Amino acid sequence: MNTLNKDIAGWGRYPVQRCELVRPERHAELWSEAPSLLARGQGRSYGDAALNEGGRVVLTERVNRFLAFDREQGIVRAEAGVTLAELLALTVPRGWFPLVTPGTRHVSLGGCVAADVHGKNHHHDGAFSSSVRELELITAGGRRLRCSAQENAAAFQATVGGMGLTGIIGEVELQLQPIESGYIRARHQAAAHLEELFRLLQESDGDARYSVAWVDLMSRGAALGRGVVMNGDHAARDELSGGRRLTPLRLPPARVRNIPCNMPGWLLNGLSIRAFNAQYYRREGSRSGSFLLDYDTFFYPLDTLANWNRLYGRRGFVQYQCVVPTATALEAMRQLLQRLADSGHPAFLGVLKRMGPAGAAYLSFPMEGYTLAMDLPMKGAATLALLDAFDSVVLQHGGRVYLAKDARLAPASFRAMYPQFAEWQRVRRELDPHGVFSSSLSRRLGMEEQA
Amino acid sequence: MSGAILILGATSAIARGAAAAWAQRGHRLYLAGRDVESLRRDAADLAIRYGVAVHFGAFDAAAHDTHAAFLQRVTDEMGELEGVLLAFGYLGSQAKAAGDFREALAIINRNFVDAVSILNLCADQLEQRGRGFIAGIASVAGDRGRQSNYTYGAAKGAFALYLQGLRNRLFPAGVRVLTIKPGFVDTAMTWGMPGLFLVASPIDVGARIVTAVERGRDVIYVPWFWRYIMLIIRSIPERLFKRLKL
Ligand SMILES: Cc1cc2nc3c(=O)[nH]c(=O)nc-3n(C[C@H](O)[C@H](O)[C@H](O)COP(=O)(O)OP(=O)(O)OC[C@H]3O[C@@H](n4cnc5c(N)ncnc54)[C@H](O)[C@@H]3O)c2cc1C
Ligand SMILES: NC(=O)c1ccc[n+]([C@@H]2O[C@H](COP(=O)([O-])OP(=O)(O)OC[C@H]3O[C@@H](n4cnc5c(N)ncnc54)[C@H](OP(=O)(O)O)[C@@H]3O)[C@@H](O)[C@H]2O)c1
Repeated sequence: MNTLNKDIAGWGRYPVQRCELVRPERHAELWSEAPSLLARGQGRSYGDAALNEGGRVVLTERVNRFLAFDREQGIVRAEAGVTLAELLALTVPRGWFPLVTPGTRHVSLGGCVAADVHGKNHHHDGAFSSSVRELELITAGGRRLRCSAQENAAAFQATVGGMGLTGIIGEVELQLQPIESGYIRARHQAAAHLEELFRLLQESDGDARYSVAWVDLMSRGAALGRGVVMNGDHAARDELSGGRRLTPLRLPPARVRNIPCNMPGWLLNGLSIRAFNAQYYRREGSRSGSFLLDYDTFFYPLDTLANWNRLYGRRGFVQYQCVVPTATALEAMRQLLQRLADSGHPAFLGVLKRMGPAGAAYLSFPMEGYTLAMDLPMKGAATLALLDAFDSVVLQHGGRVYLAKDARLAPASFRAMYPQFAEWQRVRRELDPHGVFSSSLSRRLGMEEQA
Repeated sequence: MSGAILILGATSAIARGAAAAWAQRGHRLYLAGRDVESLRRDAADLAIRYGVAVHFGAFDAAAHDTHAAFLQRVTDEMGELEGVLLAFGYLGSQAKAAGDFREALAIINRNFVDAVSILNLCADQLEQRGRGFIAGIASVAGDRGRQSNYTYGAAKGAFALYLQGLRNRLFPAGVRVLTIKPGFVDTAMTWGMPGLFLVASPIDVGARIVTAVERGRDVIYVPWFWRYIMLIIRSIPERLFKRLKL
């Protein structure tokens, strides 16, 4: 198979590493003999999860065929390179929606499984794996293994959230949820500070299917952690009016948004972000009552801006996402935001969300509590030191960092954050005794060494 | 108009792009190739995405004596064909072909001889029917012999000449013949190749093939600017050209 040596990166464009790329056109070519292998989907993980420096990276983008779609039951089976964008285009007009979706539709099904991604409904529906009926896993040597929560359950639970380290996911079978329309009935509520934000999230997400809060990361003092809670539910057909009601599953194609898009890269500094946030807080926080949004606008606001990661310039950025158990989550988040404020480090796009109970997968990120995500432009040592400080706060509160976003966590912190690592490693050794599957992330975190 | 279309070498990425564009327009398809398991997946995908009937079956371009029976099987299953896209081909290695005649023969056969074998049969059928099309993927490499790929270029050039003659023959019968000359396309054939430039996506190339068929074009370069690149390359005098490292 022809190979291409190329410098590639994750969505954060940090780090950049040279990998040996292969790009199979067919499912049968997903497996190839190489000393070190890793699958890659759409490269929407932020750090080095989908990198394999000096080793082979298998691009799955061309292995993207739908294999079955049961329109009555809402069950779809596809090759792992299929993206959520492709899935939505197929299923929404027929009244089906993925049970769980991350904040971009440009992700592959394989990537969604490998990171066990969560959406705005985690408190309600769990992570992506709760919609996975079955997987085909291609393990070292090219063996194909069918696995699900019932069949080959250990392999299934090690692959879900396993960051590509158990093998190549070849096929995914999903259960979708029925929808009557492509619209979301949304409600916004402004919170003047972190405590109120927590209170609103807790009060409102019990009855809202989707719930998330935008946090103003540049807020300070009494306003620290101010933000806007954004709730939503799929709109029933009779909630629509006019033409929308006649074709509730057909959406207008063009959407205009005015989030950061028009800001050039060098403008993403403390001053400009503060100004933007103040305006965003006023505008989004003051929308009263409930209003209808098409699902694209509600779930994928960032997708209206292709390559928005380039806004951060050549050095890229890192996203820090952690989750902390409910009991001390408010305190932990306050400490994180305070440290960020004290550091003077610019940070853009803060998202806070309540998570429901953890699933059964060994390395899956979600756990019952609150998760905070923040984007920080990469400024070298200052950024890395700040994030190390964040880690100690998170560890102290019994939380963890999301591997799909990570580019810099230390091995010891990783082990402390993922207590089921040893069990995962045992299953992985059975599936891949010679450690063929490996990534820059797995080597950086010492996942290859005995637990 | 949504007749049945036969695609030969349907596992090719360019063929997949054309198949998607035809399926989107409601055409029924027959996907033919050696890798039947892959064709089964492609057929399922096209049927699910576009809601058309997609058939598939084994076809080996090199097995000339099976071609008549193969075409019969296709017409039995699909009824009369609207048209045929021939996509199979083999780039091979010029370096290897220079010293190993089997490689040279494989290149010549796959890109020319095999095509003649199956298209002669298709031409007869379409001529009798009195309408339809034949589209064949040649290459810009067939426009001028260069040291880096002249065996492939010679075979593709011969194929283009064959299509030209076929176009002339079938014109009175109302059957259109399209010659497609792609430049660099981002497929398995070119993955990792050094010195590529202006690489086109196979989905775009496939879609261009379909619109060119609809418009009844004779010869297309895809993307279009290759027509001008090749114009320049062809216009270099031979006494200069022979000195170039191309
Ligand atoms: C704008 C944006 C918003 C996001 N929002 C969310 C969110 O709300 N919630 C959330 O959970 N995540 C979110 N993410 C992260 C993203 O959903 C995950 O990183 C996801 O894994 C990306 O999928 P991908 O196809 O790009 O995978 P890649 O980034 O290519 O790979 C991610 C991991 O999956 C593995 N992998 C990929 N394909 C396969 C396969 N076929 N077999 C085995 N392993 C495979 C890779 O080895 C790697 O470890 C967001 C990302 C962006 C850019
Ligand atoms: N990529 C480019 O830059 C480029 C440029 C100019 C022209 N072209 C031409 O475009 C066409 C499609 O190529 P591609 O780029 O899509 O590359 P490709 O994926 O390698 O396609 C080649 C196809 O030929 C098929 N094939 C080979 N031998 C065969 C045989 N004996 N019987 C049946 N099918 C056979 C292969 O099928 P199986 O292996 O599955 O059997 C494969 O699907 C080719 O004719 C190529 O010469 C390509």
